[in-house]
Amino acid sequence: MSQALVSLTIDGVEVTVPVGTKIVDAAKQAGIEIPVFCYHPKLESVGMCRQCLVEIGRPKIDRSTRKIVRDKNGDPVIEFGPKLETSCTTPVGEGWVVLVNSERAIEGRRQVIELILTSHPLDCPICDKGGECPLQNMTMAHGPGKSRFLYEDKMHLAKHVPLGDLIFLDRERCIQCARCIRFQTEIVDDPVIAFSERGRKLEIVTLSEPGFASYFSGNTTDICPVGALTTADFRFGARPWELNATASICPHCAVGCNTMLNTRREARSQGRVVIKRVMPRQNEAVNEIWLCDKGRFAHHFASSEERLARPVIKLKRRGRLTATTWENAVKFVVEGLQAAHGAVLGIAGGRASNEDLYALHRLMDGLGGRAVLHDQMAGGEFVQQAGVGPGTNLADLGSGDCILVVASDLHEEAPIWWLRVKQAAERGAKLIVANARPTRLDAHATHILRYDYGVAAHMILGMLHEINHQKELDQYASAETKKVAKVVSKANNVVVFYGSEGLDYAASHDLAQNCATLLAASGHVGRANNGLVAVWTHSNTQGAWDMGVHPEPGGLAAALKGQKAAYVVAADPAGDEPLLTSLLEQVDFLIVQGLFLTETALAADVVLPAQSFVERDGTYTNGMRRVQRFFPAIAPNEGMRADWEILSAVAAAMGIDSARPSAAAVMQDIAAKNRDYSEVNYPALSRNASQWPHVGGKDIYFGGTAHPNHQGLGVQLTPRVERQKDISFDWAAPRKIAHKPRYLMVPITKLYDRGTTVVQSQVLGPRLEILRLYVNPEDAERLGMIDEGEVEVQWDGRKQRLRSVIDEHVPSGAVLVPRSLGVPLATAVDVKIRPIAL
Amino acid sequence: MFAVELARGMWTTLKSMFEEPVTYQYPEVKRPVRPRFKGRHVLARYKNGLERCIGCALCAAACPASAIFVEASENIDRRRFSPGERYASTYEINLLRCIFCGFCEDACPTEAIVLEHNYEMSFTSRRDAIYTKERLIVPVPPGGDPTPMIVPPGSFDRAIPEMEDPD
Repeated sequence: MSQALVSLTIDGVEVTVPVGTKIVDAAKQAGIEIPVFCYHPKLESVGMCRQCLVEIGRPKIDRSTRKIVRDKNGDPVIEFGPKLETSCTTPVGEGWVVLVNSERAIEGRRQVIELILTSHPLDCPICDKGGECPLQNMTMAHGPGKSRFLYEDKMHLAKHVPLGDLIFLDRERCIQCARCIRFQTEIVDDPVIAFSERGRKLEIVTLSEPGFASYFSGNTTDICPVGALTTADFRFGARPWELNATASICPHCAVGCNTMLNTRREARSQGRVVIKRVMPRQNEAVNEIWLCDKGRFAHHFASSEERLARPVIKLKRRGRLTATTWENAVKFVVEGLQAAHGAVLGIAGGRASNEDLYALHRLMDGLGGRAVLHDQMAGGEFVQQAGVGPGTNLADLGSGDCILVVASDLHEEAPIWWLRVKQAAERGAKLIVANARPTRLDAHATHILRYDYGVAAHMILGMLHEINHQKELDQYASAETKKVAKVVSKANNVVVFYGSEGLDYAASHDLAQNCATLLAASGHVGRANNGLVAVWTHSNTQGAWDMGVHPEPGGLAAALKGQKAAYVVAADPAGDEPLLTSLLEQVDFLIVQGLFLTETALAADVVLPAQSFVERDGTYTNGMRRVQRFFPAIAPNEGMRADWEILSAVAAAMGIDSARPSAAAVMQDIAAKNRDYSEVNYPALSRNASQWPHVGGKDIYFGGTAHPNHQGLGVQLTPRVERQKDISFDWAAPRKIAHKPRYLMVPITKLYDRGTTVVQSQVLGPRLEILRLYVNPEDAERLGMIDEGEVEVQWDGRKQRLRSVIDEHVPSGAVLVPRSLGVPLATAVDVKIRPIAL
Repeated sequence: MFAVELARGMWTTLKSMFEEPVTYQYPEVKRPVRPRFKGRHVLARYKNGLERCIGCALCAAACPASAIFVEASENIDRRRFSPGERYASTYEINLLRCIFCGFCEDACPTEAIVLEHNYEMSFTSRRDAIYTKERLIVPVPPGGDPTPMIVPPGSFDRAIPEMEDPD
């Protein structure tokens, strides 16, 4: 995209920038600082704080000839305006002369700071922002040493106003820049906070019930230029300068947001080093400078008191778990695995790092067994083949491009992707949202497709028909699919996000395959900003696929058949599916490696305490196949070891492989064995590039307190089609659905579920989802159900009583139940519903 | 020459025998210190008994020896330690590290930490050298209440109260 350029002089420096650039940005790019409060490079300018005042001189134009007036030397005559102007609202002009550090401009800005400080409480000593506060820095750099206003006349306002459960407002500190309000309105489209009253009475109020109901509320504290907004989690937790920062990757969803863990040694935690807060780390290709509230606040599980601290073994006859040493535990594991004679199954969760999964795969290979992933969603191989190419950035998608989101509620499953997809749509990208029910993303969609639960793949085949005109596909085509297929085939760039809402393994496999085929048929694979993205339920599910650890098509129950030993890593199959408990108990020897004493661990013969992602290093591969590294932030308890370390020790003890000394060494093995990862190594993952806008450090006034990225942007893997030209994509006929079920109970994802990693964060407590069954009004009437009534749901010989809610967004014939809230349900099932009379 | 020098020396010795001795019979007798002597720290209270310390940790930031450790918590009216929203729930000074420079005193926005005149610090273990908040804080003044205190809502909502002039 070529853009016309404009040249101007800022403080004597010649700057050339694209047309439309604001003076403040042009100056920043030239290394000249213009102080700002209300301006933020990610937001529209409003010119509310007047802090960016500069002198602007424009070439004088003769009114009669409309030509630039020139002096004797032939240079244009520069005419300065009578007043200072805001550089954040003024786009650059050719030949302009901007004076940032002229006496007049400096004096103007000093007076603005003096005015802003008239009612600021100056309680920096107790302010959570103190130490990383733009107002503090600006006052030191540009402000007057003394105020002419009377101290006694300062406004005294409420200092403790909870805007919601997560964010507190200090009314005195607010300088009314509206960054938070504009962020909520412009960027995340959650206009739940607003200004009330005017002038000195102006205050931020919340309009939602519960207060400040947004999944992105924590970001407002980052961009707040003062300490007016602070988080409940970090409130008075520590002073910013006391914190150590360690780069990490958010472990909660497939987006893989770059984070910074701020840690400190704490007396109230018995002198341990603990995580005080999680901050976003800039990665413009992944999470920009944002982080959702789950990523920000759900970190307490890592420092939980309930963490396993020592290996425990159970001698079957006694049936009691006894603590033991690592040497004994490993010996016990080795004996148990040897007795299985190859009939051994590795079961991993999508939370394990690439190194762990590789080590598990290697161990199972050596034993003659295999490793499977505990997951219900398929299609990882199609993401490997037709994933997005290096250089992909959702921020580059806009007019002329297309994004297709199918079978996923991005707002709940991957909030940052939702945010970025929505922004692409606002920039003009065509957004096609296909789901069985309305989701939050529909509001920004240009095309909405509806289908019955379970037949998502049909929709894609209908679209494919329009592109390849195959006869067999006639049956799937409709007027709607025809229309959207045209949009897809015409688009310059197409990214497809597919999820697994209402789909089992086979259905999601078909969906992924058909999406990949559609992309290939329309020529949208093998380059940047084109390809297939999986909305996995865990942070490293894609990594598991890449490491050769796939889900079993028939489910874990089938995989466990005939196995003598099982090795579970970072998963809790028994907790997720109680029916598996007895199968796991039937296995002669069960090894469980994890953080907590889960249901699965209770059935185990050996439980090995693993280190969490904050205590060790490793890599995750996100849904877009970007490999990113996390670093150890906290020294682990002596009894805990990294998953790969344990697996490597077991493999060494069994003579399968030599023990690996570090996660980096395991990654070298991966790079040597796996063609896709041949370019991946820890130094490569730590590579950086300069990013815009500047954040953190001396630029907190500009981009906010998000941390700049010095620890690496990760490596975007190359999809196989880019390398292997012979890959062909073919569509799969979706499996026929035998009968239309009376009622299909579909598990849906909610951001704040009650999983082990979330419930331990007390601040999120009031926001956690409540277990309810969502029913369509017509179905409710047919069943004789009332809103907030109680129903009994029966499936697979199981019964559960649930509170029901009538919701018009639920498609007829389906009932929805949020995941991880107490109903152990992996995929959609037929259910019988019986209302319980009160 | 030698005799003169010797006599002069002996004269000095003789003279000092009749001078008042400078040695204090410590610990029976304690030498008074100068008003600006920098001894062991104390944490001061207001007249009503509320703690002056607001847990801002500026003392810890100013400390060149990293001798101070502060951890703050939030005040509530049912359990109030200091005026405003924040108080020091943990305050520790490692007196083995302290160099008695008084930077902490200078940094304190509420004049909570004061280097007082106590210089009698001897420890038998390293742990003893760490003075906790309980050991540092001054007793409740007469007429004041011990902390935490229960106060009517809104009575001490200023973060940093109007400064009382030091007398």
